[in-house]
Amino acid sequence: MFYRECGVLKETYAKDMAIFPIPLDRWGLGVMLVLAFVVIPFTASDYWLSSIMLPFYCFSLAALGLNFLTGYAGQVSIGHAAFMAVGAYSSLILYGRYGVPLPLSIFGGGIFASAAGTIFGIPSLRIKGFYLAVSTLAAQFIIEWVLTHWQWVSGGVFGTIDAPDMYIFGWIIDTPVKKYYLVLCVLTLLTVFGKNLVRGQLGRNWTAIRDMDVAAEIIGVSLFRNKLIAFAVSSFYAGVAGSLITFTYYLAANIEEFNLFLSFHLLGMIIIGGMGTVLGSFFGAGFMTLLPIFINQTLLTIMERVPSDIRANSEAIVFGGLIVFFLIVEPYGMARLWQTIKEKMRLWPFPY
Amino acid sequence: MGRKLIFGFFAIVLAVSFVFISGQAMAAEKKKAGPTQFFGILIYRTGPFAAGGSGIGSGWEDFMELRNMQGGVNGIKYSWEECETAYNTARGVECYERLKDKMVLVHPLSTGITYALIPRGTKEHKVVVSSGYGRADASDGCVFPWVFTTPTNYWSQNSAKIKFIGKQMGGMDKLKGLKIANLYIDIPYGQETKPMLDALGKKFGFTVRHFPVPWPGIDQKAQWLDIVRRYKADWVINRNWGVSCTVPLKEAARLGFPGNRILGVWWCGSEEDVLPAGPAAKGYYTANWHGVGRNFPLIQEIIDKVYGKMKGHISFTRVGTVYWNRGVYTAVINEEAMRTAHKKFGVKVLTGDEMRWGMENLNITAERIKEIGLEGFMAPIKTSCENHEGGKTVLFQQWDGNKWVKVDEIAPMTDFVWKRIKASAAKYAKEKGITPRDCSKVD
Repeated sequence: MFYRECGVLKETYAKDMAIFPIPLDRWGLGVMLVLAFVVIPFTASDYWLSSIMLPFYCFSLAALGLNFLTGYAGQVSIGHAAFMAVGAYSSLILYGRYGVPLPLSIFGGGIFASAAGTIFGIPSLRIKGFYLAVSTLAAQFIIEWVLTHWQWVSGGVFGTIDAPDMYIFGWIIDTPVKKYYLVLCVLTLLTVFGKNLVRGQLGRNWTAIRDMDVAAEIIGVSLFRNKLIAFAVSSFYAGVAGSLITFTYYLAANIEEFNLFLSFHLLGMIIIGGMGTVLGSFFGAGFMTLLPIFINQTLLTIMERVPSDIRANSEAIVFGGLIVFFLIVEPYGMARLWQTIKEKMRLWPFPY
Repeated sequence: MGRKLIFGFFAIVLAVSFVFISGQAMAAEKKKAGPTQFFGILIYRTGPFAAGGSGIGSGWEDFMELRNMQGGVNGIKYSWEECETAYNTARGVECYERLKDKMVLVHPLSTGITYALIPRGTKEHKVVVSSGYGRADASDGCVFPWVFTTPTNYWSQNSAKIKFIGKQMGGMDKLKGLKIANLYIDIPYGQETKPMLDALGKKFGFTVRHFPVPWPGIDQKAQWLDIVRRYKADWVINRNWGVSCTVPLKEAARLGFPGNRILGVWWCGSEEDVLPAGPAAKGYYTANWHGVGRNFPLIQEIIDKVYGKMKGHISFTRVGTVYWNRGVYTAVINEEAMRTAHKKFGVKVLTGDEMRWGMENLNITAERIKEIGLEGFMAPIKTSCENHEGGKTVLFQQWDGNKWVKVDEIAPMTDFVWKRIKASAAKYAKEKGITPRDCSKVD
């Protein structure tokens, strides 16, 4: 059957190791890809592409990165916005001042962020849990401070670098559709890579460390190596996300965008979306970035006669209420809902 | 239980989206009455800076409400839509993208959003007005044709502040040997004036030391001990924002530093900033660029006609406060630009290019200000192709314990400031590959 394993015969090893063993998942993914690559760019307006989809994709990527670290490897980080900032600034400097080609600059931003992340990941070898969270908080403050005060980086008194026009091999990327494709391609590439990463040896090591680090060490998982790799990969994703959102959306690297609040926001995304799932990062990013806009727009139309300050504040109230609601109904995140549905389908129509 | 809740939730979402879509259709039908000049209002009624955003937005809307009651600007009525940014750049850009098809002029009302909108506005021909915030070098119209800092910017303000301090001490020569502490919030906004003050210090022979306050600046005890006990400052420049504006007043009072030796930035000079400090705020000076209070004919008219008919956009107690008045000022600048453009292009709904021409050829004389009903509220403004700043004076006000009182009007050191604006803008142009336009060839 297309929605359960029953009848899906795995004849080869390759089929046994497929990412999505159930046809429903494969088709679902295919439909989503067609939707993202073909339907949305041709039907959505520029407004939707440039101000809804772009930030949604970029934050999804950042949340995915954080999910590797926090969801899979179990290391809490509240300094991820700072790693995004490192990515943003370094890719703009690489591209704008040194003329490095755009794709290399974007990934270069990720590499610089990953270096910063690895350095701040070193304390994780000795401290855990809340204490580690506090040390990543230090990363947030230190990086923010450095980027504000290091004049060479921030480019003068305004502490801001403007994003230059983007060219790939002489081809200008200026319209929302082109920017959309740029972000989508990077996102797809990194998601496929990430999904395979967490399915492989590395992901299993991380899960083992998350579930019980002493046991993991006893069975031969090197904590030193795996924790640092988790920090490196995770901040690489954050750096790429930071550089993409700066190039395509903010158009200027300004340290104020990457503040502590954004770090909490990212953590909120993976908690609501689902820790330790790739899908959850997308759900969470959608929830945290798109829902407030949706609520705001809805309230605008149904509460036209209400004073505007009450209207503005009710957005925060409704949004906060929804967060509480979702966490009560499904503490494991929205990705878990999909999981539950799939499990129910396996038994349907004869549940026990 | 869980399942019911989830399905219930989805049902609500569906119902709400239905209402949303049909509501939009209804709203679209309603708006067919006559051509209007549309303004998208990016404000923040929520978040840590709500006092500023709600005041400015409401003052602006109240003014437009009044004009619509009187039949519009030369017969063209206003229409507007509010968009809540919560001072968040991502949300602000979303607002701009949503409303950009209808609007021709935008006030970003946040440093971050200004940075994000400068390239967009320049490309899409929308006028970006950052009154008293954003980049100071955007006053150079040759490099930033689409950006206006009318009436004044941070650098001009600081040169005026130094002149004000000199005047208070009894002459510019008294500045020599003076110790000035620049207390700033440690984000790019706070740092912007550091080189300016250093240069002024060299010129007039006073010492400046910079005291950073980490964001969000609720605790400033260490900095104040440093300023008062170790540095022994004569004057303190308070360059904070939002909640961090009030803290210095309390700290100064605790350490016995006189309130009338603290001089605030114009974003630290509203009722909301001083009232929480209580009596400690008495004597505190701040810069400003418009009058305070309700004693102006135009504001009386708004109270009478708009609030009299219960059409105001904010609680009546805030009418006449600093931020609300700033909103009225904003609206007046917009309207004068519209009127200027109407004279050249005819009375109609303006496009971005026409609005830009209007902003660039503003000439609000003292007579015109009197005609609007704002005598003493604002100083004359004259912009040009090169000068996108336009204002020639910075106002200073003092908190007397109950209300703000205007104490002085001081012209900034224009030559000194403009030399730096030009240099900084030229650097920006070089980095971005912009060829500055030649203003002698523009009519």
